[in-house]
Amino acid sequence: MIVEIGHYTLILALALTLVQAVVPIWGAIANDDRMMATASYTSPAVFLLLLFSFAALATAYVTSDFSVQNVWQNSHSKMPLIFKISGTWGNHEGSMMLWVLILGLFAALVAVFGKNLPPSLKANVLGVQGWILAAFLLFIVFTSNPFIRLDPVPFEGRDLNPILQDIGLAIHPPLLYLGYVGYSITFAFAVAALIDGRIDAAWARWVRPWALLAWIFLTAGISVGSYWAYYELGWGGWWFWDPVENSSFMPWLAGTALLHSALVMEKRSALKIWTVLLAILTFSLSLLGTFLVRSGVLTSVHVFASDPERGLYILFILVLFIGGSFALFAKRVGTLQTGGIFAPISREGALVFNNLILSTATATVLVGTLYPLVLEAITGNKISVGAPFFNLTFIPLMIPLFIAVPFGPLLAWKRGDVYAAAQRLFAVFGITLLIMVVAYVFLSEGPVMAPLGIGLAAWLMFGSLAELQLRSGFPKNSFKVAIRRLKGLPRTVWGTAIAHFGLGLTVLGVVGVTAYESENITILKPGETANIAGYTLRMEGMVSRNGPNFQENAAQISVMDGTRVADTLEPSKRIYTARNMPTSEAAIKTIWFSQLYVALGEVKEDGSAVLRIWWKPLITLIWIGSIFMVLGGAYSLSDRRLRVGAPKPSAKRARAANATN
Amino acid sequence: MRRISATLLTLFLALVIISPFQPAYAVNPDEILSDPVLEQRARDLSVGLRCLVCQNQSIDDSDADLARDLRLLVRERLTRGDTDEEILEYLVARFGEFVLLNPRFSIQTYILWATPFVLILIGAIVLLVSSRRRSKHKPEPLSENEKAALAKILEDQEKPA
Repeated sequence: MIVEIGHYTLILALALTLVQAVVPIWGAIANDDRMMATASYTSPAVFLLLLFSFAALATAYVTSDFSVQNVWQNSHSKMPLIFKISGTWGNHEGSMMLWVLILGLFAALVAVFGKNLPPSLKANVLGVQGWILAAFLLFIVFTSNPFIRLDPVPFEGRDLNPILQDIGLAIHPPLLYLGYVGYSITFAFAVAALIDGRIDAAWARWVRPWALLAWIFLTAGISVGSYWAYYELGWGGWWFWDPVENSSFMPWLAGTALLHSALVMEKRSALKIWTVLLAILTFSLSLLGTFLVRSGVLTSVHVFASDPERGLYILFILVLFIGGSFALFAKRVGTLQTGGIFAPISREGALVFNNLILSTATATVLVGTLYPLVLEAITGNKISVGAPFFNLTFIPLMIPLFIAVPFGPLLAWKRGDVYAAAQRLFAVFGITLLIMVVAYVFLSEGPVMAPLGIGLAAWLMFGSLAELQLRSGFPKNSFKVAIRRLKGLPRTVWGTAIAHFGLGLTVLGVVGVTAYESENITILKPGETANIAGYTLRMEGMVSRNGPNFQENAAQISVMDGTRVADTLEPSKRIYTARNMPTSEAAIKTIWFSQLYVALGEVKEDGSAVLRIWWKPLITLIWIGSIFMVLGGAYSLSDRRLRVGAPKPSAKRARAANATN
Repeated sequence: MRRISATLLTLFLALVIISPFQPAYAVNPDEILSDPVLEQRARDLSVGLRCLVCQNQSIDDSDADLARDLRLLVRERLTRGDTDEEILEYLVARFGEFVLLNPRFSIQTYILWATPFVLILIGAIVLLVSSRRRSKHKPEPLSENEKAALAKILEDQEKPA
């Protein structure tokens, strides 16, 4: 019964969404307050309906109601509760439900927190959100309905893909979607502003918190996904330049650029057209990512052909929204005024440089991802564009950007002094140089370039702290005064420093593991030992055991500290009985920031086993760095001046701004 | 395990139907060459070669049977004294350019390789030109009326409301 109600509320949500897509915008055109105001009620209502519908599906999963086809295909009665819940979105239909639920959530948030938005802007924003919602709800109802019943009812489900039976599935997709879909808000703001034909600094002030919020979630989502892949896939890679990864990385790159350009627009009224374009592009890339993943064109052209309905429908949504918004942009771009003037060397200039690099990087990833598809479609030739290509193009692009990062916050708005900034960074440069020399002398086994990479990371980390040090006035001011000043700094300044510091940490982790990783592939009989990076590992033997819905065969490996057993690692292989599908579970021991990573290979009859052992120096910094980025973003978002629903600038100040323009 | 090449992201997002896979491991101890220099060359080559039956995965990472065959083939050629270039040439002749994860610079990949450089160049030129143009067109000074209006607004601003 609850399933039918869930189905019903889904369709009700669709109907209400159609109202939301039409009435408020009509109201904005006709200047009718009541019509515009409807959006403030319809969007929370749509969200509640979607929430109910989603909860109904989740209930079917939790209660293992195999009369629902979707549950039967993707769940099992013996699965632990947490995987039953997360299994709700561990499949195509369910993940689309999560997608629209979050889309509805963001629209409702704008309706609730956007009280001080100009009525026409709010109506247009929610109307545009309504279009997106309607498009995806139609997609679900007509091609991906999760509420289809089965008769007769099967006794047992077909189980969730074992690789997805992990806490990662509970965290990663919701975070990623909050990020992906969060950019629909900035997109809606951009399109609404284009419809209105009016964009000012206040617009950027409303948009920036949303862009930041989406960025925080997307950063967290990608990072969690990376760690999940690292420990679950069992060969210790953390980023593969896989097309699906690229699909989430492109909106992140564009979204990071948007974050920085919106800053220029808010503070200096410049880069208006560019910021609007970026807002459209970022969500377009989110849509493109959805299309690439959902249609299956990436896996194989044949998958696309086997289910053309879904793929074609998403392609249609893609063309409609991207094409439509670009057409609108082209039509209205002439009416937008360009704003504040600035010298090339200035805070604005630095942020423009950031945008130049990040957009080029986005385009590079985009071209690299789509090139094989397009080339094959045109010429029939199959080529591969893999990790080596992306490493060769992406890394050189990032190096100048990373070098520039510490300069940005030290340059003044409008006209900066690069020499003064360089002088202020003199100490940072000294520290960096020292670290590079130490790395060169003491870390002789790595590649020659590695100390340079370490230096770059140090430059980023210490350079991002330079602004804090300067603003505190420390050694000139007394320690006490410096602390007081630091406490008084705007949270956005702290947020920037923390996030940039985190970027440095991530770079350090990447350099560490890339340059100094070691590997030992070996066969061990019980009692035999293997060495890696100064650690001795002893194979004790194999054990078999049963999990709730799998059988496991694990190797017991002692990590030795001299003759003492410091720790026991148990890499294993599992067979998930329902699908008769084997998986491999790596065992990981974290030592400071580095990790010992052991994966189990083939096990012979005599009890000897193939083991692949890695020493991954500093690898955890990759994710610790992204935690800093997320925290920096969140702290910045908590700044009073940036808080969601920041007050309108006073009419007087707005007038003053108009007069000076 | 690694037949499904992509990340979990792929696994989660990919269209539910996931091909069955068997866990074996990428480079196995019995494959490793006794000469460490040759073995290192083999590893370096493997990273850039696609496991043809996998999804975007190198033969160094893959546990597919075909990947193992290719790894053994590369090592056999290396021990015979082939250069890296000869081995790649041989594999491309047999399997096509698809086998190379790092696409060759050729007429069909000009656009691919040129993208980052051309874009950054165009971007830089556009920025330079527009900044030149902007600095030439200084905004006109405020007229007397505007100055008066601005002064009045600022004055209002100063007074507490």
